[in-house]
Amino acid sequence: MSDVRKIKYPQSTSYPKEFHWSLLETMVLIRRCEESFIDPILDRRIQCPVHLYSGEEAIAAGVCACLTPEDTVFGNHRSHGHYLAKGGDLYGLIAEVYCKEDGCSRGRGGSMHLISKENGFLGAVPIVGGTIALALGAALAHQIRDNNAVAVAFFGDGAAGEGVLYEVMNFAGIHDIPLILVCENNLYSTHMPIREIRCRDTLFDTAIPFDVRTIREEGNNVLKVYEATRTAVAHCREKKGPVFLEFSTYRQRGHVGPNDNIQGSQTDIRPPEEIREWLTRDPIANYKKFLITEEIFRTEEIDEMDAMIIDRVKQAHKKAEQANRPAPEDLPKYVFK
Amino acid sequence: MSSNSRSLKYSRAINEAFVQLMTADPSVFIIGQGVKSPWYVGQTCAGLIDQFGETRVIDTPVSENAMTGAAVGAAIAGMKAVSVHPRMDFALYGLDPVINEAANWHYMFGGAASVPVVVWGIINRKGEQGAQHSQALHAMFAQIPGLKVVAPATPYDAKGLMVAAINDPNPVIFVDDRWLYDFEDDVPEELYESEIGKAQVLKQGTDLTIVTSSYLTQESLKAAAILADSGVDVEVLDLRTIKPLDVPAILASVRSTGRLLAIDGGWRSFGVAAEIVAVVSEEAFEVLKSPVRRLTLPDLPAPASRSLEDPYYITSESIVEVVKSMLNVN
Ligand SMILES: Cc1ncc(C[n+]2csc(CCOP(=O)(O)OP(=O)(O)O)c2C)c(N)n1
Ligand SMILES: [Mg+2]
Repeated sequence: MSDVRKIKYPQSTSYPKEFHWSLLETMVLIRRCEESFIDPILDRRIQCPVHLYSGEEAIAAGVCACLTPEDTVFGNHRSHGHYLAKGGDLYGLIAEVYCKEDGCSRGRGGSMHLISKENGFLGAVPIVGGTIALALGAALAHQIRDNNAVAVAFFGDGAAGEGVLYEVMNFAGIHDIPLILVCENNLYSTHMPIREIRCRDTLFDTAIPFDVRTIREEGNNVLKVYEATRTAVAHCREKKGPVFLEFSTYRQRGHVGPNDNIQGSQTDIRPPEEIREWLTRDPIANYKKFLITEEIFRTEEIDEMDAMIIDRVKQAHKKAEQANRPAPEDLPKYVFK
Repeated sequence: MSSNSRSLKYSRAINEAFVQLMTADPSVFIIGQGVKSPWYVGQTCAGLIDQFGETRVIDTPVSENAMTGAAVGAAIAGMKAVSVHPRMDFALYGLDPVINEAANWHYMFGGAASVPVVVWGIINRKGEQGAQHSQALHAMFAQIPGLKVVAPATPYDAKGLMVAAINDPNPVIFVDDRWLYDFEDDVPEELYESEIGKAQVLKQGTDLTIVTSSYLTQESLKAAAILADSGVDVEVLDLRTIKPLDVPAILASVRSTGRLLAIDGGWRSFGVAAEIVAVVSEEAFEVLKSPVRRLTLPDLPAPASRSLEDPYYITSESIVEVVKSMLNVN
């Protein structure tokens, strides 16, 4: 925690303690869960492709803190955090990453295919941009049913290359559809830095021509993410139309797996000093420091929470490792309902 | 075949096709997401940017629809364009320019213009990647009039068919397989073409004909070697081109063995194996000594878990089993 650069948090005293606690808890849960996958990936107990969310936790936590179970969410290839923040079961996630029958997708999907329907997490899949229009459809369903709910799509800066995003914004803008487009701008799309794939390194401005309300915020600042999303959700619930949220962030791990070390060759093209700089903006370390400095929580309380979460994650791994893989004779299952 | 040939990996053979053809023909260029990254395209595009520059070897945003369309449009405007998709699954965003435009273009303008585009889609499956990162969609493309589909099984054809595909004045879907990338075999040094539409017997045999392509050609050859130990002599016909199908070669082989096993890495229903079986039933029914068989993926999306991947995919062992059951051999 020594290497923390102070992120400026807004309105420190205006939130109840429990609120801070739950944001922190969600972020710590995501981080501990993500980091817990590293050893099993390295020793190949986990073999499916795993895109870790470490470093981006504040976005999932801050956004989902504004949502109710009726609100619907879609994710992408890097969605462990979205799933957990929307209330998805920890064991269901971990078992899925091990491709076990107990997983949220019954081992048919692995890390890149997550669902928690009962919590409104309607699906995360790895076709880049694949769920943006689906979230539009869910938002349309909310609008037709007039149930006051919103739909959220999480996607990356890379996904903004797909034309479907602009078709979605246009339609949602015309019809004031309660859709929140959450763009996690971590500056890279696999091996491509953002300036090689976009004329600008910001995304929020792409929404302007569609009359879609747009906000850009520091994605590693959980309170700012929360406040931007609260504004967006209110806007949607007031039937004023869609909102585009761009959150700047950075992944602390490789594009896929812990470190983009592929068969012995290092393919992470990100400059080491850039990685180091972003590590000082760690969303969790900074928030903890803030909570302690502002005397909202004591270090010991936070450490205790952390220890409990570590234990929960460990237990889930233990159980998942012992769980069964899908039975080969069940191969034909689930093609149709 | 050639005075100067040496052993080359399949992926390096594709790379050599690009190097030689791009040197010989300035109208050839490559566009698609991932060309810069071996993580996406293996060694197939190694060194190309250094040699030909980023105006002819273009790594792109994740925008498959527009990038595939751009390749089609450049081809219409006189370039020889290669549109790359590091996984075939990603090409689905780019289907409209391929199927509505490129495939129909020459016909709908009465032959006034053709589209020399190559749409290159890599099959990359297993590893618990699941349904959206495993699909082999060659049969879907083969259904479309106006598209040719090639699927090389050997380094020789990886190079020869890439060259032929690029030189062909029509849209060609080039389907290769990540599992073949490290497979090594003789490849001539010079620039040459493998003729599109010509199958090849890679192993002669008398008991049964296996008609197959791509990765499963290699698995079939392995199976043939295993079967030889049990005294079973199968012929392996490598299609090389899925469409146009080399019907005469299929019929000639089946006529000589009297038995057909059609093996395809795509799904069972309405697939390549079904087409082969149909052709043989229509044209050579009288020579069949036993019912024809298909060995394909089941009609199911690709599962993630290893425990399901194992029974899902075809291996030399599953081929051996089917051949034995067809011949009543133990
Ligand atoms: C349609 C499609 N094209 C290409 C890919 C390969 N791919 C996987 S992740 C990725 C980059 C996505 O970048 P971004 O949206 O910024 O998300 P990040 O990984 O940075 O979180 C790409 C190109 C894909 N999965 N789907
Ligand atoms: Mg990104």
